[in-house]
Amino acid sequence: MLSKDLLGIKELSKDEINLILDTASGFKDVIGRDIKKVPTLRGKTTVNLFFEPSTRTRTSFELAAKRLSTDVVNFSVPTSSVVKGESLIDTALTVQALGADFIIIRHASSGVPHLLAKELRASIINAGDGTNEHPTQALLDAFTIREKKGKIEELEIAIVGDIAHSRVAKSNIYSLIKLGAKVRLIGPPTLIPEEIKDLGVRIFHNMEEGVTGVDVLMMLRIQMERQDKGFFPSTEEYSKNWCLTDARLFLAKEDAIVMHPGPMNRGIEIVSDIADGPKSVILEQVTNGIAVRMAVMYLLAGVKR
Amino acid sequence: MTKELMNNKDIDRAVTRMAHEIIEKNKGTERLCLVGIQSGGVYLAQRLAVKINEIEKKEIPAGSLDIAFYRDDLNIRKAQPLVRRTEIPFEVTDLKIVLVDDVLFTGRSIRAAMDALMDIGRPSQIQLAVLIDRGHRELPIKADYVGKNIPTALSEKVVVQFVEQGLEDQVILEKAEER
Repeated sequence: MLSKDLLGIKELSKDEINLILDTASGFKDVIGRDIKKVPTLRGKTTVNLFFEPSTRTRTSFELAAKRLSTDVVNFSVPTSSVVKGESLIDTALTVQALGADFIIIRHASSGVPHLLAKELRASIINAGDGTNEHPTQALLDAFTIREKKGKIEELEIAIVGDIAHSRVAKSNIYSLIKLGAKVRLIGPPTLIPEEIKDLGVRIFHNMEEGVTGVDVLMMLRIQMERQDKGFFPSTEEYSKNWCLTDARLFLAKEDAIVMHPGPMNRGIEIVSDIADGPKSVILEQVTNGIAVRMAVMYLLAGVKR
Repeated sequence: MTKELMNNKDIDRAVTRMAHEIIEKNKGTERLCLVGIQSGGVYLAQRLAVKINEIEKKEIPAGSLDIAFYRDDLNIRKAQPLVRRTEIPFEVTDLKIVLVDDVLFTGRSIRAAMDALMDIGRPSQIQLAVLIDRGHRELPIKADYVGKNIPTALSEKVVVQFVEQGLEDQVILEKAEER
């Protein structure tokens, strides 16, 4: 790894992504055992600095950090000095002065992790910044696809939903293209910016056309708060056009897998039968998330400052 | 400058003798298994398993162990060691494990390997087999089965190659001035 931080997939090379995925396989063995913990990062300190609510990502990072034997502190924002008006940098410097070796950050503004990475000696791991990136989600998705399909190269992978506001989609597009997949984006024109074509993806504004023949379907969570802003008329209409139903899944390859980063809106972007069905790998994504986050922390710990 | 310490015949003879010693000491192969330390130890463990099978007509399980997560030098290395697979597809609890490595040097890898094994289960015994013992122990660790003892200087390097890696079977001593 070249950088002490994981800011986005955009900043990673194909080799670095593959190194993270290979390393994660070793950690997957560990978390499947009775003793799910290794002493690798004993004595290090991890601080979860979440300025946006998150249960699964924060819990996943917390478990990853604990299973590497680091001490973990959750610096939850409503109870901290941030509400008293402490600046972002001051908060981060304080966290570092407390002895943090890893700072896991989620923030509503894009670019916050990049700003902190320049100011701090600690390793900064981006757990989601605004509409920019959510790199560990893309890494766990790539890991899951590789595990299920044996490869990523040449696979037809569709990402469905609100691409414009989704950091998960953005990180996945960067990652899957670097790994050689053929990426399709499916959704209404209001939720797919035209210029995203330049990244080398194909855009479909029709669900049936888009899902035909794909190996992997990645459903995105529709963010209810966007509905008011007129990006789509109603959840009912969204669901009518873009929900993954049995009839639509039937158009994908027979051995297609279905993914979702969670939390799901059942019945809106995906029907329950599919979410809980044999093609769904949604719960495996959650398990793999811990292994991938352990791999990221392990590799960043080895980067010399 | 390099010097050949063992060729393919020497290695084969040493492995054959070690296989006999393992069977003798354990009075057969009952509840016995081999675990090779990644990566050189894995090839050696597989060869020992084949030899033991030839002699006793009994298959004994062989696995591989990666010790990266248990190393004591993670803070001082230039980069993190590459993580390789740990594949021990059998229950180790109550088994006699022969831990296998290519070169025994400071003993720190063996310490890490023992910790890793203890996290996987509770073996009834751990024994140690190495192809080369080059001295310079930093921990109170001793091999039960040794292919060849080779006194070395700290500045020298012992390289063990196997055909499985696409090279010929050979043990080489690299002298100090080369490094």
